[in-house]
Amino acid sequence: MSDLKKIKDEFLSKLGGKLDIFEINQIKSDLFGKSGLISTQFKKIGTIAESERKKFAYDLNIIKDELQNLINSKINELETAEIKKKLEKEKIDITLPERSFIRGKIHPVSQTIDEISSIFSEIGFSVEEGPDVENEYNNFTALNTPENHPARDMHDTFYLDEKKQRLLRTHTSPVQIRTMLKDKPPFKIIAPGRTYRSDSDQTHSPMFHQVEGLHIDKNINMGHLKGCLNYFIKEFFEVDKIKMRFRPSHFPFTEPSAEVDIGYEMKDGKIIIGEGNQWLEILGCGMVHPNVLKNVKVDPSKFQGYAFGIGIDRLAMLKYGINDLRAFFDCDYRWLNHFGFDPLDVPTNYRGLSR
Amino acid sequence: MIITFDWLKDHLKTNLKEKNLLEQLTNIGLEVESVESLSADNGLFKIAEIIKTEKHPNADRLKVCDVNIGENKIKKVVCGAENAKEGLLTIYAPPGAIIPKTKTKLVVAKIRGVTSYGMLCSESELNLSNDSDGITELTQEFRKNIGKSYFSKSKSNLIDISITPNRPDCLGIRGIARDLAASGFGKLIDLEEKKIHSKNKHTLKVKINKEKGQGCTTFGSCLITNVKNSESPKWLKDKLISIGQKPISAIVDITNYVMLDINRPLHAYDADKIEKGIIVRNSKSGEEFTALDNKNYKLESGMCVICDNKGVLGLGGIIGGARSGTEFNTKNVLLESAYFKPGSIRNTAKKMNLDTDAKFRFERGIDPLSIENGLNKAAKLIKEICGGEISKIDIQKIETYKTKKISFDPNIFEKISGFKISLKEMIKILEDLGFGVKKVKKGLKLAVPSWRPDISQEVDIVEELVRISGYEKIKNVEPIKQRKKSTLNKFQKLFHFLQRSIASKGYLEAITWSFTDQRYNDYFRETKKEIKIINPISSELGVLRNSIFSNLIMHINKNLDRGFRDLSIFEIGPIFNGSNPGEQNTVVCGLSAGKKTRLSWIEKDRNVDVFDVKRDVTQALVEAGYDSKKFFIDNKTPNYYHPGKSGRLFLDKRNDQVAAYFGEMHPNILKQVDMKTESLVGFEIFMDNLKLPEKTLNDLKVKFSFSDYQKSERDFAFIVNKNVNAQDLINVISNVDESLVKNVKIFDVYEGENIPENHKSIAISVTIQSSEKTLNESDLEKINNLIIKTVENKTGAKIRS
Repeated sequence: MSDLKKIKDEFLSKLGGKLDIFEINQIKSDLFGKSGLISTQFKKIGTIAESERKKFAYDLNIIKDELQNLINSKINELETAEIKKKLEKEKIDITLPERSFIRGKIHPVSQTIDEISSIFSEIGFSVEEGPDVENEYNNFTALNTPENHPARDMHDTFYLDEKKQRLLRTHTSPVQIRTMLKDKPPFKIIAPGRTYRSDSDQTHSPMFHQVEGLHIDKNINMGHLKGCLNYFIKEFFEVDKIKMRFRPSHFPFTEPSAEVDIGYEMKDGKIIIGEGNQWLEILGCGMVHPNVLKNVKVDPSKFQGYAFGIGIDRLAMLKYGINDLRAFFDCDYRWLNHFGFDPLDVPTNYRGLSR
Repeated sequence: MIITFDWLKDHLKTNLKEKNLLEQLTNIGLEVESVESLSADNGLFKIAEIIKTEKHPNADRLKVCDVNIGENKIKKVVCGAENAKEGLLTIYAPPGAIIPKTKTKLVVAKIRGVTSYGMLCSESELNLSNDSDGITELTQEFRKNIGKSYFSKSKSNLIDISITPNRPDCLGIRGIARDLAASGFGKLIDLEEKKIHSKNKHTLKVKINKEKGQGCTTFGSCLITNVKNSESPKWLKDKLISIGQKPISAIVDITNYVMLDINRPLHAYDADKIEKGIIVRNSKSGEEFTALDNKNYKLESGMCVICDNKGVLGLGGIIGGARSGTEFNTKNVLLESAYFKPGSIRNTAKKMNLDTDAKFRFERGIDPLSIENGLNKAAKLIKEICGGEISKIDIQKIETYKTKKISFDPNIFEKISGFKISLKEMIKILEDLGFGVKKVKKGLKLAVPSWRPDISQEVDIVEELVRISGYEKIKNVEPIKQRKKSTLNKFQKLFHFLQRSIASKGYLEAITWSFTDQRYNDYFRETKKEIKIINPISSELGVLRNSIFSNLIMHINKNLDRGFRDLSIFEIGPIFNGSNPGEQNTVVCGLSAGKKTRLSWIEKDRNVDVFDVKRDVTQALVEAGYDSKKFFIDNKTPNYYHPGKSGRLFLDKRNDQVAAYFGEMHPNILKQVDMKTESLVGFEIFMDNLKLPEKTLNDLKVKFSFSDYQKSERDFAFIVNKNVNAQDLINVISNVDESLVKNVKIFDVYEGENIPENHKSIAISVTIQSSEKTLNESDLEKINNLIIKTVENKTGAKIRS
């Protein structure tokens, strides 16, 4: 038996036994250390007769590889076992609660405003704003509601001075006036915001939200108005079909004027929009009155268009099943948490308005 | 406006059903608000007599009445009315009846131990009037009808229509009928009154003073002499009752009937109470009179009054006077039919705070040509019912009504409505509505009916045509998906961003009212002007808010009362600096109460503190695109913050506009609002003070570069005077060599043992890295020494050895 075979057999049998990491390292050093058995054999290669040298070197390499692999796998095995043992010790009760976190929420009115803006953005409307405190002219007179017009009775107005020149705007329509005085036609804007009426009961809050719409260009007619609102309502309620009814009404600043109802039905105490035989009034609109256009120096013989006003709180109530308007401004932590939206939930057109 | 289909049929010939009527009314702009079926059970309300009253054994104020409800039936009814007495004729409602006002169904009930079978009704409970003082008192005329139903057995429902302020003509049944007929719902019945041909002289002289601001342009009248006023005949009573009105006397009922029927308000005077004649003039300041509502009114100057020699009889077109009212014994009647200017009526009514049916009609505009027709109709009815002789009609006027003419270009219709109707159709609709129509070369020449004060230009005609031909004919033009201008401007984008940024930090967004309690507002008002609302809904909501804190703190307190302990809420919205438009700012305001974390198996108890809000503010601003390296913070804050634990943030040291305040709220505030919480911190970000970048965030970014050379961290501890701000130290170190100092972090602040009094130790870790080479020991030593030297020189600090 050659030396090589002897080494091989001896160490294979040694490595077959149960060994700890020190013993394996000892074996490793016995074989491959500076004066280890295998290392020594390699040094011998040069002394071997040329005829046998090739075979010897070949055999030696095979044995070397075999032993080395075996040692490595043994070490690996031991290390794995070691880690496993350690990890088992580190095991915790993962059902214990996590560190506390708090979640902020976006108010349903803000979310609804973002939804509305997102829808109108798609069809080319931009967002305008106006101040909450208005003068009497912008809120009434410029909107073809002169002093002593009975229509003023329909707006219970908060005044800031005895002369009734300064007031809290009763609707978002003064933004129409501001926008048209500031720029030149065409106009295509929406104006969401706070509005105020001195009216307070179960269904009225002294502050509420409206969104105004205004589209003035050449040849904008009632068909465009109907199409725009039909599109909006469908998108807003995220339904394919909507039942919508235009019905004549009167606002001093539009003519012809209309109120818009949408069809609904009640199912299991919930309101289903777009079906059924009941009607719900949701907005007022009409063709901007030529007198209003004249007041803002827009030539009514060249430009015409429509305007609308929608109650935002009302829309939010319908879409999100909120029953009580007053709760919107009551700041009840439970209510805000329940009806609020995650701040990451930004309404977009590509992802959809709501989740 | 309440109508019944039956009454409508006086003017309209139609075979259609009520269901169709309701639809059609709404379709032509006469919105049906509600339909009430009184007919189903109004037969239950019976005329009855109280035959005996006894005091309730267990209640001082209640009476137990024996009530004769006819057919020899007596019912025991418990009643609390003071006027319930033996012999009184009144209205009895049996168990099962539904009370019109409250919509509640009566049941047999024990009241304080005595069983009551039904109820005796007040006028208000029956919606007959607003009189809720005691039960209805009927006249002896009703005695023969005991046991019979009080309400006539009308099959007609009460239809309540909301009439828009532009349509005074539809405040009369005939106006509604005319609109319906034009829309194809039946045919308008011709009811032209025959003129009175009388030879009797009108003996009362009437004069309208021609003076500035005269509110009356025409005053028509006639005398009816030797009448016998009485109760109205059944048909007239039934008519009024059918729409919920209470009959009074024939003369009053007739004037009411004519008003409701054709929207022609009339006024009947007892002619014998008028001294010499009628003068219509402007009132003088301080003049007084007692009106039909028995209240005394003191007038300002310039109101339109109807007078006689003795003084004011009534406010023209608003309310008559008690002195000259008709009564059952009235013998001679002066019937007035006048035209009052809407503006004048409105002014006076507003000043006197009077709202009457006549005022409501005159301020919207009464048909100026209905004066004679009204007199004819009413005088004839009075003669028919009360007898007497009618005089000639006298008409005084200071202005003549001119028919309005409009040239109408039919093409405008399609331009505005977007659909077409034929010229023939247009002409038919307009003629049916009462327009005079003449075809001319350029279209139509229209004469506007005198009852339509709302129509003055072409677009008004378009509205009429669209309305009558039907809004369902308007096409649906799909909107084009095209955007020419960005939806939001920079400010609006920032608004949306900050809103969601703050919410993402654990705050619930609240929306509170723009007004607030003056007391709360004062806590946060500082030197700002108080802006009062002249007519607030309650004194607690009397001022516009100068700060959002006033409302938030109130609501935090309410939520603490609800049992919540850890609360974070914020609002983004306006605060007000003045009462002129635009004197407002947009503020993001937040409040946190209680603890950040509560003791748990893994976390320690920790109150919310100023550095929580400082982080929220800073992070939100950084997220919004502002560079925190440039932020400058000092401790000058408004008085409602804790003076030692609050800060003021500027986006830039050179900027004099405060970007934000943050800090602990002043303990006095908590005391004043009686708040109990472990800690309360808040912040305000002033959006109008945030500079909006000209460039986009993308353009603002510097070139992307980084260093792969090794970084080193060096720790320093400086002892500084207590007044030295950490920020100053950080700034000094950062500026030592901007190319090498990459980060400065404070990891400890210490005062106490081993530190001299009034001093503190600040431990700082500085990250040093070059973008050109790996720094060797001597490079590092050099920068170290430079840092120490600079800090010591600039801040008076001493390195801790």
